[in-house]
Amino acid sequence: MLILQCPYCGINADETELAAGGQAHIKRETVGSDDNAFEDYLFRRVNPKGVHFERWRHANGCGKWFHAARCTMTLEVFGTYKAQTFEPPQNIKDAISAKRPGWKWGDFS
Amino acid sequence: MSNAVSALQGVSHAGYIDVEEMGLRGMVTLRGDLTSANVKIAVKTVFGVSVPDVTKCALQGETGAAWMSPDELLLLCPHERAEELVASLSEALAGEHALVVNVSDARAVFQLRGAAVREVIAKLAPVDMSPNAFLLGHFRRSRIAQTPAAFFLRDETTIELICFRSVAGYMFDVLKRASSRGSEVNAL
Repeated sequence: MLILQCPYCGINADETELAAGGQAHIKRETVGSDDNAFEDYLFRRVNPKGVHFERWRHANGCGKWFHAARCTMTLEVFGTYKAQTFEPPQNIKDAISAKRPGWKWGDFS
Repeated sequence: MSNAVSALQGVSHAGYIDVEEMGLRGMVTLRGDLTSANVKIAVKTVFGVSVPDVTKCALQGETGAAWMSPDELLLLCPHERAEELVASLSEALAGEHALVVNVSDARAVFQLRGAAVREVIAKLAPVDMSPNAFLLGHFRRSRIAQTPAAFFLRDETTIELICFRSVAGYMFDVLKRASSRGSEVNAL
């Protein structure tokens, strides 16, 4: 069972209290974007083995969206952080580096 | 004015704990910046309780305030006073970016009484209900079986549970079943 700590209310929420929101840190393409960028935004998602960043919502709780850094292979949770950010905070990156030296995900490492 | 009735009109069940629908209860949603001094003062003056900490509630008899999310409070009061308190709170928050709405009739409230109330909730929600984890003054939004709900301890043997009115029938059924005699676990 997956347990994530909600960064807003601090509750260790069981998976059944949460709603999954897919890949995190996606840049929204809008008016003026070219077709390829739009296709990437709409349809293409990474499916990594290892470090991954996801969006989750504390649906049966405070209702807020947050981000989680996880390993898709071991299901280990590196940390969760608030959604008001364009990239993972340094402490999350450090936590991943401690466990998975040399990790890379999109533009982050 | 129509005659207000609660969802299940005070239905009750006696299993190894007592489950009772509480009838009409005033509830006011406040959306706004809970860290703002104006909001804190307004809640204190109108409802007489302080803005509670994260995942906590402050209760004073039938009135109280409960933390719902970083920008939402649930304010409790007697049903007949809800409209009047909404008006005073809106007035007190004039100029503040905030929303105050009377949601009394959108919800149902259940009271669970008995020595094993913690156990009955623990059967239905993914929450640590042990006496050293869930304390007086805690307010937990979670799920009860398949529906969202929020609950808190009124005292050590009484839990009050708030859910949406539309699922009150389902809520009563699951609480009834979880508290039926012969299904005691004695785990907590």
